[in-house]
Amino acid sequence: MKVVVDEDKCVAAGQCVAAAMDVFDQRDEDGIVVLLDENPPAELADDVRNAAAVCPALAIRIEE
Amino acid sequence: MSIEDDTGAVAHVLVVGASASGLTTVEALRRKGYTGRITVLGAEPHAPYDRPPLSKQILSGAWDPDRAALRTEEMLTGLDTEFVYGDPAVGLDTATRTVRTESGRELSADAVVIATGVRPRVLPGQGELTGVHVLRTLDDALALRTDLLAGSRLVVVGEGVLGSEIAATARTLGLDVTLAGPLTGPLALQVGPLVSGLLTELHTERGVRLRLGNGVSGFTSAQGRVSGVELSTGEVLPADVVVVAIGASPATEWLAGSGLELDNGVVCDSRCRAAPGIYAVGDVARWHHEQLGRLIRLENRTNATEQAMAVAGAILGEDRPYEPVPYFWTDQFDAKLQVHGFLPADAEVDVVDGDLTARRFVTRYRSGGRVTGILGWNMPKQARQRRQEIVDAVPSPAPAH
Repeated sequence: MKVVVDEDKCVAAGQCVAAAMDVFDQRDEDGIVVLLDENPPAELADDVRNAAAVCPALAIRIEE
Repeated sequence: MSIEDDTGAVAHVLVVGASASGLTTVEALRRKGYTGRITVLGAEPHAPYDRPPLSKQILSGAWDPDRAALRTEEMLTGLDTEFVYGDPAVGLDTATRTVRTESGRELSADAVVIATGVRPRVLPGQGELTGVHVLRTLDDALALRTDLLAGSRLVVVGEGVLGSEIAATARTLGLDVTLAGPLTGPLALQVGPLVSGLLTELHTERGVRLRLGNGVSGFTSAQGRVSGVELSTGEVLPADVVVVAIGASPATEWLAGSGLELDNGVVCDSRCRAAPGIYAVGDVARWHHEQLGRLIRLENRTNATEQAMAVAGAILGEDRPYEPVPYFWTDQFDAKLQVHGFLPADAEVDVVDGDLTARRFVTRYRSGGRVTGILGWNMPKQARQRRQEIVDAVPSPAPAH
C-alpha cells in the first residue's frame, strides 16, 4: 500500500491522525498533514483506508 | 424512539442525493463488503462534488471547477453503482420504499437513504431580481463568480460561516464588500462573543465594511437588477451584486405525505433510521444523539462523511448509536478556525494555548461545569489534541435497555 497526501487540499482537520496515528501527523505550526509512513504495513491498511475515507478534504489517496 | 427493522437481506440500496453524504454511504457500503445493487439519484446534473471549496477556492478562482469533484470518473465506475443525475426525487412511498422522480422513474429498494441536503433560505422578492445570489451548488458558485468579476460593490446578507467566508473571498478579489446581518459580529451565533469580536477586527482590518445589528427589509432595484440592500433602519447599502446567506432549510418537501416525521429535517432514531429500511444522512438528518439525549442536526462536511459511514453500517446490520463530536472549520483571510464540539452562547471561555493578540490560540468552552467545545484559531493540531476533553466530559450514556 502506498499513501499519497495533497498538502494543498489539506484543511488541517486532523481526522487522519485520529484514524491512523502511526501513519499521519500534523505540522505544529499550521496543522497540515505530515505523512509519517508512505508505505504502511498491511496491519495498518484498514486504518489508513479509514483515514482516507474520513478526510473532509479528500487529501489522502491510496495506491494499492 | 426505536424502530424495528426487518432482518431480511438487503439486495438493493437506493441513495437519494449525490453529494458527500450520499457518495460516502455508497463507498462505505462497498468497503464493508456489500455486493448488492446500489442506485444513486442526484437532483443536480453534476457528478458528486465537494461544497466547502465553493465559497473559497472555486469562488476565488484558485481552483478550476473540476477540482471540486469528489471522485474521478474511474473511481465512480469502480463502485459498481448506477448514478442517475438531474432527476430530483418527488415522492416516497414509505411502506414499499419506492421513490418517484421528476422524470417519472419509480425505484424500489430494500433500503432507502435520504441524503437530499438543504436549500438556502431566501428573502422575499429576491427571486425577481438579477444580481441577487445564493450559494449552495457549483452552478451557484460559478454564477456568483461571474457577477463578482463584472461587479464592484458586493453586499453579503448573513454573518454566519458561509456569509463571512464569501465576504472574505470577495474582498480578496478586490471588491468593495459590506457584510450585513442582525447579529453583533461574524459567526456570533457559532463561536460566541470573544472569537466573533476577533473576527470583527479581522474583517474590518481587511476592509470589509460591517453593517451588523440590523435586519434586512428588502432590496432596491433598477430595471430588474438589484441596486442595493435596504436595512430595517431605512439605510440602503448600494450594491451591484448581493449574496443572501441566511441559513438553509432541510430539503424535505418531496417527503410530504410520506408519513415520515419531518421537523427541521427527517427525524431519526439513534441509528439514523426514520422508518424500517429508511435512513437519513447528512445535512437533512435530525437524529437522536444518545449521549446528548436529544435530537440534533448538523450542517457540516465532517458529519456528512461520518454519518454516512454509520448509516452504511446500520444498513448492513451493525447496531451502534451514532454519537459524533461535531467538527467544522472555516477559512477567512489568513484565519483558519477549527471548532470541535459545542460552543453555547453562555459558555465560559478560557484561552488554553497560544495567545489572542498573536491570533494563534486555542479556547476551551465550558458550560454547566463541563467542557463542551474547543476552538482553534491558526492552531489546528493543538485544538484537535484537546478534542478528547470534550469526549471525557460527556456524561456516561444511559444504561442499555
